Amino acid sequence: MSGSPERPPVRVVLAKLGLDGHDRGLKVVARMLRDGGMEVVYLGLRQTTDTIIDAVEQEDADVVGISMLNAGHLTLGPRMVEALADAGLDVPVVIGGIVPDEDLPAMANAGVAGVLGPGATAEEVVACVRAAADARG
Amino acid sequence: MAGNPPIGSRSVADLVAAARGGERRATARLLSLVEWGGPGADEVAERTWTALHGGAIGDDVIPGGGANRAHVVGVTGPPGAGKSTLVAAWTTRLVDRGHRPAVLAVDPSSPLTGGAILGDRVRMAEATASGVFIRSMATRGHAGGLALAVPGMVRVLELAGFDPVVVETVGVGQVEVDVASAADTVLVVVTPGMGDAVQANKAGLLEVADLFAVNKSDRPDAADVRRDLELMLDLSDLTGHGRWRQDTKANERSRPAVVSTVATTGVGVDELADATDAHLASLDGAGTLVARREDRWRAEVRSHVDHLLLDASRGVVSGLSAGTGAPAAVARELAAGLVGGTEGDR
Repeated sequence: MSGSPERPPVRVVLAKLGLDGHDRGLKVVARMLRDGGMEVVYLGLRQTTDTIIDAVEQEDADVVGISMLNAGHLTLGPRMVEALADAGLDVPVVIGGIVPDEDLPAMANAGVAGVLGPGATAEEVVACVRAAADARG
Repeated sequence: MAGNPPIGSRSVADLVAAARGGERRATARLLSLVEWGGPGADEVAERTWTALHGGAIGDDVIPGGGANRAHVVGVTGPPGAGKSTLVAAWTTRLVDRGHRPAVLAVDPSSPLTGGAILGDRVRMAEATASGVFIRSMATRGHAGGLALAVPGMVRVLELAGFDPVVVETVGVGQVEVDVASAADTVLVVVTPGMGDAVQANKAGLLEVADLFAVNKSDRPDAADVRRDLELMLDLSDLTGHGRWRQDTKANERSRPAVVSTVATTGVGVDELADATDAHLASLDGAGTLVARREDRWRAEVRSHVDHLLLDASRGVVSGLSAGTGAPAAVARELAAGLVGGTEGDR
Protein backbone atom coordinates (compact mmCIF):
# COMPACT_ATOMS: atom_id res chain seq x y z
CA MET A 1 0.00 0.00 0.00
CA SER A 2 3.01 2.22 0.41
CA GLY A 3 3.34 2.76 -3.29
CA SER A 4 5.57 -0.27 -3.37
CA PRO A 5 6.56 -1.38 -6.85
CA GLU A 6 5.56 -5.00 -6.21
CA ARG A 7 2.62 -6.28 -8.17
CA PRO A 8 -0.74 -6.49 -6.50
CA PRO A 9 -1.92 -10.06 -5.82
CA VAL A 10 -3.61 -11.92 -8.67
CA ARG A 11 -7.37 -12.02 -8.08
CA VAL A 12 -9.16 -15.21 -9.07
CA VAL A 13 -12.91 -15.87 -9.12
CA LEU A 14 -13.51 -19.56 -8.33
CA ALA A 15 -16.83 -21.22 -8.97
CA LYS A 16 -18.69 -24.39 -9.82
CA LEU A 17 -20.67 -23.72 -12.97
CA GLY A 18 -24.06 -25.39 -13.32
CA LEU A 19 -25.50 -28.36 -11.51
CA ASP A 20 -22.58 -30.13 -9.95
CA GLY A 21 -22.47 -30.52 -6.21
CA HIS A 22 -18.89 -31.65 -5.75
CA ASP A 23 -16.95 -28.72 -4.39
CA ARG A 24 -14.13 -30.34 -2.49
CA GLY A 25 -11.75 -29.97 -5.40
CA LEU A 26 -12.64 -26.30 -5.66
CA LYS A 27 -11.93 -25.81 -1.99
CA VAL A 28 -8.56 -27.50 -2.33
CA VAL A 29 -7.70 -25.28 -5.28
CA ALA A 30 -8.83 -22.18 -3.37
CA ARG A 31 -6.41 -23.07 -0.62
CA MET A 32 -3.58 -23.76 -3.08
CA LEU A 33 -4.07 -20.37 -4.73
CA ARG A 34 -4.29 -18.57 -1.40
CA ASP A 35 -1.07 -20.20 -0.29
CA GLY A 36 0.39 -19.15 -3.63
CA GLY A 37 -0.23 -15.55 -2.58
CA MET A 38 -3.37 -14.97 -4.61
CA GLU A 39 -6.70 -13.48 -3.61
CA VAL A 40 -9.49 -15.93 -4.23
CA VAL A 41 -13.03 -14.64 -4.57
CA TYR A 42 -14.89 -17.81 -3.76
CA LEU A 43 -18.37 -18.21 -5.21
CA GLY A 44 -18.92 -21.90 -4.53
CA LEU A 45 -21.69 -24.09 -5.86
CA ARG A 46 -24.38 -23.69 -8.51
CA GLN A 47 -23.20 -20.55 -10.23
CA THR A 48 -24.28 -19.39 -13.66
CA THR A 49 -22.31 -17.53 -16.31
CA ASP A 50 -24.23 -14.41 -15.21
CA THR A 51 -23.31 -14.65 -11.53
CA ILE A 52 -19.70 -15.30 -12.48
CA ILE A 53 -19.66 -12.29 -14.78
CA ASP A 54 -21.14 -10.09 -12.05
CA ALA A 55 -18.37 -11.21 -9.73
CA VAL A 56 -15.59 -10.78 -12.29
CA GLU A 57 -16.80 -7.29 -13.06
CA GLN A 58 -17.28 -6.06 -9.50
CA GLU A 59 -14.16 -7.75 -8.14
CA ASP A 60 -11.91 -6.62 -11.02
CA ALA A 61 -10.72 -10.22 -11.28
CA ASP A 62 -7.74 -11.34 -13.36
CA VAL A 63 -8.72 -14.97 -13.91
CA VAL A 64 -11.85 -17.16 -13.71
CA GLY A 65 -11.40 -20.69 -12.42
CA ILE A 66 -14.27 -23.12 -12.87
CA SER A 67 -14.45 -26.66 -11.64
CA MET A 68 -16.11 -29.29 -13.82
CA LEU A 69 -16.60 -32.81 -12.56
CA ASN A 70 -19.81 -33.65 -14.40
CA ALA A 71 -18.56 -33.91 -17.97
CA GLY A 72 -20.05 -30.54 -18.78
CA HIS A 73 -16.77 -28.98 -19.83
CA LEU A 74 -17.34 -29.26 -23.59
CA THR A 75 -20.56 -27.29 -23.27
CA LEU A 76 -20.03 -25.01 -20.31
CA GLY A 77 -16.33 -24.25 -20.78
CA PRO A 78 -16.77 -22.59 -24.19
CA ARG A 79 -20.00 -20.97 -22.99
CA MET A 80 -18.14 -19.31 -20.11
CA VAL A 81 -15.42 -18.05 -22.44
CA GLU A 82 -18.03 -16.69 -24.84
CA ALA A 83 -20.10 -15.09 -22.12
CA LEU A 84 -17.07 -13.21 -20.81
CA ALA A 85 -16.15 -12.08 -24.31
CA ASP A 86 -19.73 -10.99 -24.99
CA ALA A 87 -19.65 -8.95 -21.81
CA GLY A 88 -16.48 -7.29 -23.04
CA LEU A 89 -14.40 -8.81 -20.28
CA ASP A 90 -10.90 -9.82 -21.29
CA VAL A 91 -10.46 -12.37 -18.51
CA PRO A 92 -9.01 -15.85 -19.10
CA VAL A 93 -10.80 -19.04 -18.01
CA VAL A 94 -9.01 -21.96 -16.39
CA ILE A 95 -10.89 -25.24 -16.00
CA GLY A 96 -10.15 -27.76 -13.32
CA GLY A 97 -11.60 -31.20 -12.98
CA ILE A 98 -12.13 -34.24 -15.17
CA VAL A 99 -11.28 -33.39 -18.76
CA PRO A 100 -10.27 -36.35 -20.97
CA ASP A 101 -7.08 -35.83 -22.98
CA GLU A 102 -8.93 -36.04 -26.29
CA ASP A 103 -10.98 -32.99 -25.27
CA LEU A 104 -7.94 -30.82 -24.64
CA PRO A 105 -7.65 -29.52 -28.22
CA ALA A 106 -11.33 -28.58 -28.19
CA MET A 107 -10.80 -26.70 -24.94
CA ALA A 108 -7.83 -24.84 -26.39
CA ASN A 109 -9.78 -24.04 -29.55
CA ALA A 110 -12.61 -22.66 -27.47
CA GLY A 111 -10.20 -20.25 -25.85
CA VAL A 112 -9.86 -21.95 -22.47
CA ALA A 113 -6.54 -20.72 -21.09
CA GLY A 114 -5.64 -23.81 -19.10
CA VAL A 115 -6.90 -27.17 -17.92
CA LEU A 116 -5.90 -28.75 -14.62
CA GLY A 117 -6.70 -32.39 -14.05
CA PRO A 118 -6.60 -34.67 -11.04
CA GLY A 119 -3.13 -34.96 -9.58
CA ALA A 120 -2.07 -31.43 -10.50
CA THR A 121 0.27 -30.22 -7.79
CA ALA A 122 -0.15 -26.97 -5.92
CA GLU A 123 2.80 -25.57 -7.88
CA GLU A 124 1.18 -26.53 -11.18
CA VAL A 125 -2.14 -25.00 -10.17
CA VAL A 126 -0.55 -21.72 -9.12
CA ALA A 127 1.73 -21.61 -12.17
CA CYS A 128 -1.17 -22.24 -14.56
CA VAL A 129 -3.32 -19.49 -13.04
CA ARG A 130 -0.42 -17.08 -12.91
CA ALA A 131 0.46 -17.76 -16.55
CA ALA A 132 -3.16 -17.10 -17.52
CA ALA A 133 -3.11 -13.82 -15.60
CA ASP A 134 0.22 -12.79 -17.14
CA ALA A 135 -0.95 -13.59 -20.66
CA ARG A 136 -3.78 -11.16 -20.13
CA GLY A 137 -1.19 -8.47 -19.59
CA MET B 1 -19.76 -1.77 -23.41
CA ALA B 2 -17.96 -4.37 -25.46
CA GLY B 3 -16.54 -1.57 -27.56
CA ASN B 4 -14.57 -0.01 -24.73
CA PRO B 5 -10.79 -0.21 -24.78
CA PRO B 6 -9.16 -2.56 -22.25
CA ILE B 7 -9.73 -1.34 -18.73
CA GLY B 8 -6.00 -1.13 -17.97
CA SER B 9 -5.42 1.42 -20.72
CA ARG B 10 -8.11 3.87 -19.65
CA SER B 11 -7.18 7.07 -17.86
CA VAL B 12 -8.32 7.80 -14.33
CA ALA B 13 -10.30 10.77 -15.61
CA ASP B 14 -12.15 8.53 -18.04
CA LEU B 15 -12.79 5.91 -15.35
CA VAL B 16 -14.13 8.53 -12.94
CA ALA B 17 -16.53 9.86 -15.56
CA ALA B 18 -17.62 6.34 -16.48
CA ALA B 19 -18.10 5.31 -12.84
CA ARG B 20 -20.25 8.37 -12.33
CA GLY B 21 -22.28 7.31 -15.31
CA GLY B 22 -22.92 3.95 -13.69
CA GLU B 23 -20.33 1.75 -15.41
CA ARG B 24 -19.61 -0.94 -12.84
CA ARG B 25 -16.39 -2.06 -14.45
CA ALA B 26 -14.94 1.43 -14.19
CA THR B 27 -15.99 1.59 -10.55
CA ALA B 28 -14.32 -1.76 -9.93
CA ARG B 29 -11.06 -0.62 -11.50
CA LEU B 30 -11.04 2.61 -9.49
CA LEU B 31 -11.45 0.49 -6.36
CA SER B 32 -8.44 -1.58 -7.43
CA LEU B 33 -6.36 1.53 -8.05
CA VAL B 34 -7.12 2.82 -4.55
CA GLU B 35 -6.30 -0.58 -3.13
CA TRP B 36 -2.99 -0.77 -4.97
CA GLY B 37 -1.85 2.53 -3.48
CA GLY B 38 0.89 4.73 -4.90
CA PRO B 39 0.50 7.45 -7.51
CA GLY B 40 -2.55 5.80 -9.10
CA ALA B 41 -4.37 5.89 -5.78
CA ASP B 42 -3.37 9.53 -5.28
CA GLU B 43 -4.84 10.49 -8.63
CA VAL B 44 -8.08 8.60 -7.96
CA ALA B 45 -8.32 10.25 -4.55
CA GLU B 46 -7.96 13.72 -6.00
CA ARG B 47 -10.31 13.19 -8.89
CA THR B 48 -13.03 11.51 -6.85
CA TRP B 49 -12.83 14.26 -4.26
CA THR B 50 -13.12 16.94 -6.90
CA ALA B 51 -15.96 15.12 -8.63
CA LEU B 52 -17.87 14.64 -5.39
CA HIS B 53 -17.40 18.19 -4.21
CA GLY B 54 -17.55 20.04 -7.47
CA GLY B 55 -14.03 21.30 -7.17
CA ALA B 56 -14.84 23.60 -4.30
CA ILE B 57 -12.73 22.96 -1.24
CA GLY B 58 -14.12 25.01 1.58
CA ASP B 59 -15.67 24.76 4.97
CA ASP B 60 -18.96 23.66 3.57
CA VAL B 61 -17.87 20.66 1.56
CA ILE B 62 -17.18 17.91 4.05
CA PRO B 63 -20.25 18.30 6.16
CA GLY B 64 -23.17 16.07 5.69
CA GLY B 65 -24.91 17.70 2.86
CA GLY B 66 -24.31 17.38 -0.77
CA ALA B 67 -26.40 15.22 -2.99
CA ASN B 68 -23.38 13.00 -3.54
CA ARG B 69 -22.93 11.85 0.00
CA ALA B 70 -24.04 8.34 0.84
CA HIS B 71 -25.12 6.91 4.15
CA VAL B 72 -21.98 5.00 5.21
CA VAL B 73 -22.77 2.02 7.40
CA GLY B 74 -20.09 -0.06 9.13
CA VAL B 75 -20.98 -3.63 10.03
CA THR B 76 -18.81 -5.65 12.34
CA GLY B 77 -19.05 -8.51 14.80
CA PRO B 78 -17.40 -11.80 15.67
CA PRO B 79 -16.61 -14.36 12.94
CA GLY B 80 -19.60 -16.58 12.23
CA ALA B 81 -22.18 -14.14 13.58
CA GLY B 82 -23.86 -14.11 10.18
CA LYS B 83 -22.73 -10.65 9.09
CA SER B 84 -22.55 -11.44 5.38
CA THR B 85 -25.89 -13.24 5.34
CA LEU B 86 -27.51 -10.41 7.26
CA VAL B 87 -25.95 -7.72 5.09
CA ALA B 88 -27.16 -9.59 2.01
CA ALA B 89 -30.72 -9.84 3.32
CA TRP B 90 -30.74 -6.25 4.51
CA THR B 91 -29.28 -4.72 1.34
CA THR B 92 -31.66 -6.80 -0.78
CA ARG B 93 -34.50 -5.27 1.20
CA LEU B 94 -33.03 -1.83 0.64
CA VAL B 95 -33.09 -2.44 -3.12
CA ASP B 96 -36.82 -3.20 -2.79
CA ARG B 97 -37.16 0.15 -1.06
CA GLY B 98 -35.51 1.95 -3.94
CA HIS B 99 -31.94 2.27 -2.64
CA ARG B 100 -28.75 1.37 -4.52
CA PRO B 101 -26.53 -0.29 -1.93
CA ALA B 102 -22.89 -1.26 -2.31
CA VAL B 103 -20.95 -3.49 0.05
CA LEU B 104 -17.22 -3.53 0.74
CA ALA B 105 -16.54 -6.86 2.44
CA VAL B 106 -13.16 -7.06 4.16
CA ASP B 107 -11.58 -10.42 4.98
CA PRO B 108 -8.16 -11.14 6.42
CA SER B 109 -5.16 -12.05 4.27
CA SER B 110 -2.91 -14.91 5.29
CA PRO B 111 -0.02 -13.38 7.21
CA LEU B 112 2.28 -16.06 5.77
CA THR B 113 1.60 -15.92 2.05
CA GLY B 114 -0.31 -12.68 1.55
CA GLY B 115 -3.06 -14.64 -0.20
CA ALA B 116 -6.66 -14.69 0.89
CA ILE B 117 -9.87 -16.59 0.42
CA LEU B 118 -12.67 -14.05 0.20
CA GLY B 119 -15.88 -15.92 0.84
CA ASP B 120 -18.48 -13.26 1.46
CA ARG B 121 -20.10 -13.58 -1.95
CA VAL B 122 -21.09 -17.16 -1.16
CA ARG B 123 -23.61 -15.79 1.31
CA MET B 124 -24.65 -12.90 -0.86
CA ALA B 125 -26.01 -14.52 -4.02
CA GLU B 126 -29.47 -13.06 -3.44
CA ALA B 127 -28.09 -9.56 -3.01
CA THR B 128 -25.97 -9.84 -6.16
CA ALA B 129 -29.00 -10.98 -8.10
CA SER B 130 -30.95 -7.95 -7.00
CA GLY B 131 -28.22 -5.61 -8.13
CA VAL B 132 -26.24 -4.88 -4.97
CA PHE B 133 -22.63 -4.06 -5.86
CA ILE B 134 -20.32 -6.23 -3.80
CA ARG B 135 -16.57 -5.89 -3.59
CA SER B 136 -14.41 -8.26 -1.58
CA MET B 137 -11.22 -6.93 -0.11
CA ALA B 138 -8.31 -8.61 1.63
CA THR B 139 -6.50 -6.86 4.44
CA ARG B 140 -3.22 -7.55 2.57
CA GLY B 141 -1.26 -7.59 5.77
CA HIS B 142 -1.14 -3.81 5.90
CA ALA B 143 -2.82 -2.78 9.10
CA GLY B 144 -2.26 0.83 8.15
CA GLY B 145 -3.08 0.16 4.52
CA LEU B 146 -6.61 -0.87 5.32
CA ALA B 147 -7.22 2.39 7.12
CA LEU B 148 -5.83 4.25 4.11
CA ALA B 149 -7.63 2.34 1.41
CA VAL B 150 -11.12 1.83 2.79
CA PRO B 151 -12.18 5.50 3.08
CA GLY B 152 -10.94 6.09 -0.46
CA MET B 153 -12.86 3.08 -1.72
CA VAL B 154 -15.98 4.27 0.08
CA ARG B 155 -15.64 7.58 -1.74
CA VAL B 156 -15.36 5.83 -5.11
CA LEU B 157 -18.60 3.97 -4.34
CA GLU B 158 -20.28 7.23 -3.33
CA LEU B 159 -19.10 8.75 -6.57
CA ALA B 160 -20.68 5.87 -8.49
CA GLY B 161 -24.00 6.76 -6.88
CA PHE B 162 -24.30 3.94 -4.38
CA ASP B 163 -26.22 4.67 -1.21
CA PRO B 164 -25.83 3.29 1.34
CA VAL B 165 -22.21 2.20 1.23
CA VAL B 166 -21.70 -0.68 3.64
CA VAL B 167 -18.29 -1.64 5.03
CA GLU B 168 -18.25 -5.09 6.57
CA THR B 169 -15.30 -6.31 8.65
CA VAL B 170 -14.65 -9.12 11.08
CA GLY B 171 -14.69 -7.60 14.54
CA VAL B 172 -11.38 -8.99 15.65
CA GLY B 173 -8.45 -6.65 15.87
CA GLN B 174 -8.47 -2.96 16.46
CA VAL B 175 -7.91 -1.98 12.85
CA GLU B 176 -10.88 -3.94 11.58
CA VAL B 177 -13.10 -2.46 14.26
CA ASP B 178 -11.77 1.03 13.56
CA VAL B 179 -12.38 0.68 9.86
CA ALA B 180 -15.99 -0.36 10.36
CA SER B 181 -16.41 2.39 12.94
CA ALA B 182 -15.49 5.09 10.47
CA ALA B 183 -19.12 5.33 9.42
CA ASP B 184 -22.30 7.30 9.93
CA THR B 185 -23.94 4.25 11.46
CA VAL B 186 -22.16 1.33 13.07
CA LEU B 187 -24.06 -1.94 13.25
CA VAL B 188 -22.65 -4.63 15.51
CA VAL B 189 -23.91 -8.15 14.87
CA VAL B 190 -23.91 -10.52 17.81
CA THR B 191 -25.30 -13.98 18.11
CA PRO B 192 -26.13 -16.64 20.68
CA GLY B 193 -23.61 -19.33 21.41
CA MET B 194 -20.52 -17.14 21.45
CA GLY B 195 -20.12 -16.62 25.13
CA ASP B 196 -21.95 -14.12 27.25
CA ALA B 197 -21.94 -10.37 27.06
CA VAL B 198 -18.74 -10.25 29.06
CA GLN B 199 -17.04 -11.63 25.96
CA ALA B 200 -18.61 -8.95 23.82
CA ASN B 201 -17.35 -6.40 26.28
CA LYS B 202 -13.85 -7.75 25.95
CA ALA B 203 -13.95 -7.47 22.20
CA GLY B 204 -14.51 -3.74 22.51
CA LEU B 205 -17.42 -3.87 20.11
CA LEU B 206 -20.05 -2.49 22.46
CA GLU B 207 -18.57 0.97 22.60
CA VAL B 208 -18.62 1.53 18.85
CA ALA B 209 -22.16 0.38 18.16
CA ASP B 210 -25.01 2.65 17.15
CA LEU B 211 -27.20 -0.31 16.56
CA PHE B 212 -27.16 -4.01 17.45
CA ALA B 213 -28.53 -6.97 15.59
CA VAL B 214 -28.94 -10.14 17.61
CA ASN B 215 -28.76 -12.54 14.71
CA LYS B 216 -29.78 -16.22 14.77
CA SER B 217 -32.44 -15.10 17.21
CA ASP B 218 -34.47 -18.24 16.56
CA ARG B 219 -32.04 -20.04 18.81
CA PRO B 220 -33.23 -20.82 22.31
CA ASP B 221 -30.59 -18.73 24.08
CA ALA B 222 -31.19 -15.60 22.01
CA ALA B 223 -33.25 -14.03 24.77
CA ASP B 224 -30.30 -14.41 27.13
CA VAL B 225 -28.01 -12.64 24.69
CA ARG B 226 -30.45 -9.83 24.32
CA ARG B 227 -30.84 -9.45 28.04
CA ASP B 228 -27.07 -9.49 28.57
CA LEU B 229 -26.69 -6.89 25.87
CA GLU B 230 -29.28 -4.60 27.40
CA LEU B 231 -27.54 -4.98 30.74
CA MET B 232 -24.21 -4.00 29.23
CA LEU B 233 -25.85 -0.98 27.63
CA ASP B 234 -27.29 -0.05 31.04
CA LEU B 235 -23.75 -0.16 32.39
CA SER B 236 -22.52 2.01 29.52
CA ASP B 237 -25.25 4.48 30.43
CA LEU B 238 -23.95 4.38 33.97
CA THR B 239 -20.31 4.95 33.15
CA GLY B 240 -20.89 7.17 30.14
CA HIS B 241 -18.65 5.11 27.88
CA GLY B 242 -20.46 4.49 24.68
CA ARG B 243 -20.12 6.06 21.31
CA TRP B 244 -23.46 7.77 21.63
CA ARG B 245 -22.13 9.45 24.74
CA GLN B 246 -19.07 10.82 23.06
CA ASP B 247 -20.62 12.68 20.19
CA THR B 248 -20.32 16.39 20.46
CA LYS B 249 -23.98 17.16 20.82
CA ALA B 250 -25.05 13.72 21.80
CA ASN B 251 -26.62 14.28 25.15
CA GLU B 252 -30.12 14.04 23.83
CA ARG B 253 -29.38 10.95 21.75
CA SER B 254 -30.89 7.65 22.65
CA ARG B 255 -29.01 4.48 23.35
CA PRO B 256 -28.43 1.96 20.55
CA ALA B 257 -31.45 0.08 19.32
CA VAL B 258 -31.32 -3.70 19.48
CA VAL B 259 -32.98 -5.62 16.64
CA SER B 260 -33.52 -9.38 16.68
CA THR B 261 -32.92 -11.00 13.31
CA VAL B 262 -32.75 -14.36 11.57
CA ALA B 263 -30.79 -13.51 8.46
CA THR B 264 -31.41 -16.84 6.75
CA THR B 265 -35.21 -16.47 6.85
CA GLY B 266 -35.51 -12.70 6.74
CA VAL B 267 -37.01 -12.29 10.20
CA GLY B 268 -36.31 -8.80 11.55
CA VAL B 269 -34.73 -7.57 8.31
CA ASP B 270 -37.43 -4.95 7.76
CA GLU B 271 -36.96 -3.73 11.32
CA LEU B 272 -33.22 -3.56 10.70
CA ALA B 273 -33.75 -1.47 7.57
CA ASP B 274 -36.06 0.81 9.55
CA ALA B 275 -33.51 1.08 12.35
CA THR B 276 -30.59 2.04 10.10
CA ASP B 277 -32.73 4.70 8.41
CA ALA B 278 -33.93 5.93 11.78
CA HIS B 279 -30.39 6.21 13.04
CA LEU B 280 -29.33 8.35 10.10
CA ALA B 281 -32.37 10.54 10.57
CA SER B 282 -31.62 10.92 14.27
CA LEU B 283 -28.03 11.97 13.56
CA ASP B 284 -29.23 14.45 11.03
CA GLY B 285 -31.91 15.77 13.35
CA ALA B 286 -29.50 16.14 16.24
CA GLY B 287 -26.94 17.91 14.07
CA THR B 288 -24.32 15.25 14.79
CA LEU B 289 -24.04 13.87 11.27
CA VAL B 290 -21.85 16.74 10.18
CA ALA B 291 -19.67 16.39 13.27
CA ARG B 292 -19.25 12.71 12.65
CA ARG B 293 -18.25 13.25 9.03
CA GLU B 294 -15.82 15.97 10.02
CA ASP B 295 -14.25 13.62 12.55
CA ARG B 296 -13.98 10.99 9.87
CA TRP B 297 -12.30 13.39 7.50
CA ARG B 298 -9.75 14.31 10.17
CA ALA B 299 -9.14 10.65 10.99
CA GLU B 300 -8.46 9.97 7.34
CA VAL B 301 -6.01 12.83 7.10
CA ARG B 302 -4.33 11.51 10.22
CA SER B 303 -3.98 8.04 8.69
CA HIS B 304 -2.25 9.55 5.70
CA VAL B 305 0.03 11.68 7.84
CA ASP B 306 0.96 8.63 9.92
CA HIS B 307 1.68 6.71 6.77
CA LEU B 308 3.83 9.43 5.21
CA LEU B 309 5.79 9.94 8.40
CA LEU B 310 6.27 6.22 8.85
CA ASP B 311 7.62 5.88 5.34
CA ALA B 312 9.91 8.87 5.80
CA SER B 313 11.20 7.64 9.14
CA ARG B 314 11.95 4.18 7.77
CA GLY B 315 13.99 5.74 5.04
CA VAL B 316 15.97 8.02 7.33
CA VAL B 317 16.51 5.51 10.11
CA SER B 318 17.80 2.74 7.88
CA GLY B 319 20.57 5.08 6.73
CA LEU B 320 21.79 5.96 10.24
CA SER B 321 25.11 4.76 11.55
CA ALA B 322 24.34 3.01 14.79
CA GLY B 323 25.36 4.12 18.26
CA THR B 324 25.65 7.85 17.71
CA GLY B 325 23.65 8.74 20.81
CA ALA B 326 20.77 7.90 23.05
CA PRO B 327 18.06 6.51 20.76
CA ALA B 328 15.32 8.75 22.11
CA ALA B 329 17.44 11.86 21.64
CA VAL B 330 18.47 10.91 18.10
CA ALA B 331 14.81 10.23 17.33
CA ARG B 332 13.70 13.65 18.60
CA GLU B 333 16.23 15.35 16.39
CA LEU B 334 15.19 13.32 13.35
CA ALA B 335 11.52 13.89 14.01
CA ALA B 336 12.05 17.62 14.17
CA GLY B 337 13.76 17.39 10.78
CA LEU B 338 10.97 15.30 9.29
CA VAL B 339 8.20 17.53 10.49
CA GLY B 340 10.14 20.54 9.27
CA GLY B 341 9.70 18.95 5.87
CA THR B 342 12.97 19.85 4.16
CA GLU B 343 12.02 17.86 1.09
CA GLY B 344 8.68 16.43 0.16
CA ASP B 345 9.92 13.20 -1.35
CA ARG B 346 8.11 9.97 -0.66
